[in-house]
Amino acid sequence: MTINYLGSISANDLPATFTKFFVEPVSVGFPSPANDYLESPIDLNQYLIKNGAATFLVRVSGDSMLDANIADQAILIVDRSLKPKHGSIVVASLDGDFVCKRLQLKPRLCLLPENPKYKPIYIQHGQDLDIMGTVTAAINKFE
Amino acid sequence: MKLLALVDCDNFYASCERVFRPDLKKTPIVVLSNNDGCVIARSKEAKAMGIKMGVPWFQVKEAYLAQGGKVFSSNFALYGDLSKRVMNILDGMVKRIEIYSIDEAFLDLQHIQNKNQAYEFGVYCRNTIRQWVGIPVRIGIAPTKTLTKVASHIAKNTNDGTGVCCLNKQKDIFHILQALPIREIWGIGHNLSKQLNQLGIYSAYELAQMDIRFIRKKFSVVLERTVRELRGEPCIQIDDHSEPKKQIVVSRSFRDRIESLSELKALISNFAVRAGEKLRHEKQKCSQVSVFISTSRFNKKLQYRGFDSFQFPCPIDDTRSILMGANKVLNTIFKHGYPYAKAGILLSQFSHPAFIQKSLFEATDQLRLKQDANLMQTIDELNSIHTQIYYASQCSGGLSPIQKKMVSPKYTTNWWELPTTK
Repeated sequence: MTINYLGSISANDLPATFTKFFVEPVSVGFPSPANDYLESPIDLNQYLIKNGAATFLVRVSGDSMLDANIADQAILIVDRSLKPKHGSIVVASLDGDFVCKRLQLKPRLCLLPENPKYKPIYIQHGQDLDIMGTVTAAINKFE
Repeated sequence: MKLLALVDCDNFYASCERVFRPDLKKTPIVVLSNNDGCVIARSKEAKAMGIKMGVPWFQVKEAYLAQGGKVFSSNFALYGDLSKRVMNILDGMVKRIEIYSIDEAFLDLQHIQNKNQAYEFGVYCRNTIRQWVGIPVRIGIAPTKTLTKVASHIAKNTNDGTGVCCLNKQKDIFHILQALPIREIWGIGHNLSKQLNQLGIYSAYELAQMDIRFIRKKFSVVLERTVRELRGEPCIQIDDHSEPKKQIVVSRSFRDRIESLSELKALISNFAVRAGEKLRHEKQKCSQVSVFISTSRFNKKLQYRGFDSFQFPCPIDDTRSILMGANKVLNTIFKHGYPYAKAGILLSQFSHPAFIQKSLFEATDQLRLKQDANLMQTIDELNSIHTQIYYASQCSGGLSPIQKKMVSPKYTTNWWELPTTK
């Protein structure tokens, strides 16, 4: 397993109650030698969201997508500007309810769960299906 | 020919309520004002049921719900967020944009050469907003702002489903203006349209044909601009830097009727505190504070409206001064024995803090002024992070007992209210 060092978290990311202790000016001899190398802290939004105006967050309820690493209560990043393809994970509204499934376009339109406990949903004539957007990432929280 | 576009969201608040409720795709939707008083937005289906704009909710409630309509309290956190998304997308498409209201924007289409391109741009714009945010819009394209309003009006009423109308041929424009009553024209109110009717002017075309000098002499330069714009001559420019506010109003309708002066005083104090925060947020100072109180317009027996103003000797932004002024006004306009249903406070006569004329008779102790400004800033900061610092005359519970019984979740601005999959 390789580990990449991505950068450090700056004091600005700490909760407000903590920053008071670190950010106040401290009068000692040297200015920090790091001052010339300050970079903005890593921003998760930048990593997770490409098109902010078209991106919505959706909470998952249930374990039907567990094998795609989407656990119960995960937060989905849904980009409405990306055209869903065969095999995309999507959030769709099916007969008025939001569902998260893998989209199958061929041979037959179908929403596939990623958990053997659940059956594929074949879209029947007269059913109302709208794809809301493509899921670009899922955030599972462990603690 | 230079073209402009007006992008206007269809039934905006009602459309917002639908974005995360696909089950309500075809259900009639109405949205109510603060305190669930009146209908302030209606979906197409609710309009078709005959629900009128501004109608008191209690008058239509029973019949509307019986026919399967759905009702929401207003959810401005949601509408504000979706509006911002729509405006961001439009901003990315053109060089200049004027955000005209929460659901309308004017675009400068200077990069577009001909009518076909303009129409295609309109369709692209509409499809993008529909797909990316889920809000339906209609688009009026024309050489002047006033004509884009006309075009938007037509886009709404055509049934070809495109929601885009492009008016750029003089012949087409005149044809449409002939069928357009003057009261439908942007900027022409009820009184003005009556006056024009008396002169025998009924259609927008007739107005456009009027002699400019006559209009300017008999009416105003404002109407002259409207006439020129109807002829396709741009007079009202796209304004892409919004002007600072000219007044601040904080007002509420009460759920229960209020008769006592002390209760009213406490509520007005809450409005004054909120107004003061807004004033300082805008970095303005005001010279006048006004207070109004009124009984319900549905209580025909006991009707009273009180309104008066207090003038400060020099511009202020200190909440304590606003409270003092508001209290003085309230004491003079208050009458015993009336069930008050609505009240509010209005700050006006703004001047920028940097250009304040010092009053001859006012103490201008610089240290004192600095301390007062610091105090206000500190209180604003504390109150913005949930600590509540109250002024003695306020009552607890914030602005007023706002009643929002049927408000939808803050789907896009609160971690605990996100839409959820089944």
